[in-house]
Amino acid sequence: MDWFPLLNSLRIALLATLIVFFIGIFAAYYVARLPRILKGVLDVFLTLPLVLPPTVVGYLLLRLLGPKRPVGMLLSDLFGMRLTMNWQSAIIATAVVIFPLLYRTARGAFESFDETLADAARTLGKSNAYVFWRIRMPYCRQGILAGTVLAFARALGEYGATSMIAGYTPSRTATISTTVYQLWRTNDDALALKWVFVNIAISAVVLLVMNLLERRQRLGGRRA
Amino acid sequence: MALSVSIEKKLGDFRLAVALETDGAPLGLLGASGSGKSVTLQCIAGTMRPDKGRIVLNGRVLFDSERRICLPPQKRNVGYLFQQYALFPNMTVEQNIFAGVRSGSRAEKRAVVQTALRTYQLTEVAKQYPKTLSGGQQQRTALARILVGKPELLLLDEPFSALDSFLKGQLMWELQNVLASYSGDVLFVSHARDEIRLFCPRVSVLNDGRSEPIAAIETLLTAPQTVSAARLAGYRNIFPLQRINAQQAHLPPLSLTLSLPETDGAAACCIPDAALSVVAPDTQGAIRCEVRGALYTDEKRLLQLHPSDAPEDALLCLCTADTPDGCADSGIWITIDETKVFSLKM
Repeated sequence: MDWFPLLNSLRIALLATLIVFFIGIFAAYYVARLPRILKGVLDVFLTLPLVLPPTVVGYLLLRLLGPKRPVGMLLSDLFGMRLTMNWQSAIIATAVVIFPLLYRTARGAFESFDETLADAARTLGKSNAYVFWRIRMPYCRQGILAGTVLAFARALGEYGATSMIAGYTPSRTATISTTVYQLWRTNDDALALKWVFVNIAISAVVLLVMNLLERRQRLGGRRA
Repeated sequence: MALSVSIEKKLGDFRLAVALETDGAPLGLLGASGSGKSVTLQCIAGTMRPDKGRIVLNGRVLFDSERRICLPPQKRNVGYLFQQYALFPNMTVEQNIFAGVRSGSRAEKRAVVQTALRTYQLTEVAKQYPKTLSGGQQQRTALARILVGKPELLLLDEPFSALDSFLKGQLMWELQNVLASYSGDVLFVSHARDEIRLFCPRVSVLNDGRSEPIAAIETLLTAPQTVSAARLAGYRNIFPLQRINAQQAHLPPLSLTLSLPETDGAAACCIPDAALSVVAPDTQGAIRCEVRGALYTDEKRLLQLHPSDAPEDALLCLCTADTPDGCADSGIWITIDETKVFSLKM
């Protein structure tokens, strides 16, 4: 059995989660402190990928990044980069799809933060960077961590947008989900079942980790 | 050592206009909830920006709207004891205090923290997290964290509001010790006159966002000048008045006319407990009242009286040690010593 789809799925999910981790927290932090109307508008825009069908996200990404589309052409002219039909392009598709999960959980965590803690730190002479990294982030850690694991789990299962923008090329862009579909289509039932079990096993582990994190959060809350 | 504050701030419908000046001794800021006490402290600490005015601490301009100066809270060197202490939940007692040390090498800072842990009797709980501490330990940690930074001004925001009366009694002694060894200015905010009285010789009343002129605490308690000051000083029986002539005034809620010399701007008057006395039934000039309610405090009774000749909803409050038995049925006769009634401004 060729393990490439597993490796590919994991590296796409990991890299997409890593990118979204920083951008999602950054967006959550700034959106949480915007005035109400602007916040509402931006919130809708940033959460949209959560409710749109992944195929619609894939379509929009193709319109944007395709080799004959403006952004795609610009990038290929400037850097000789191609943003479709390779495994790296799946990272972009996955990142867009999982972004709302991390963004929303992080924003919820930031909004529950007690601002008097930040005020107290600043009157003690602490810089804004200190407040963010040493007080705000630790305070919101559980929420952000849970959001990150959830986003990673969703990234592993991404199919729609990935299949549209990266397609299915064995040993190049194949992920677990696209492989299962391909094997089922070509009547290779036994191998498809194996990949299904691999997928279930990984997802179960990820969910277990998430439950453990949430349990720790609950216990922490009860002690307060 | 002096803090001088003169600021204005608008927050929605609420308008804050505060003018304060300290003279070395702790200054009390007495106000009901929602009167703008916390907003005032936040403006001084720099976590909120006033619209207009000036804040000067020991000759250093912290805020000046005309000269466009607004120092960030980090540079004001003002210690702020928050109502709920605002200890960092992710740090131990030791780390919390460490966060308050402003200068020195790491080793020097550590030494400062160790000294503070001993001074504030926190050595035993140094490695514990705030949520496992008692209320007293939390407050000591918060005070230690602030005072290791050697602030020039200490802001205390309702330091006893979150505590039961037993703990409050203990913490009052501790805070007194802390304040005795602290050389900077102190601004003590509270809604309770007895707390302010313990720590502050002088006090300003904050009335719906407006600060009243600073007065000695004894003056406030014995001769308040305004209605809100009288209420905060614990006086009951405050009534609006209509002036009849230079010597007499009418109290519409009681349908009562008293001889009360005219004073500038008087819009109300207060009939203190000392002016009321219970007399024998049918005494000449006494007012007959029916008893509408009675409360028992430590050794006294608080009676809610309704003067029989007054409008239906008129009520007088009487605090007395000796009420005749059976007065609930037959009523009670009282006299008002008009020389003890005093006028109040709005």
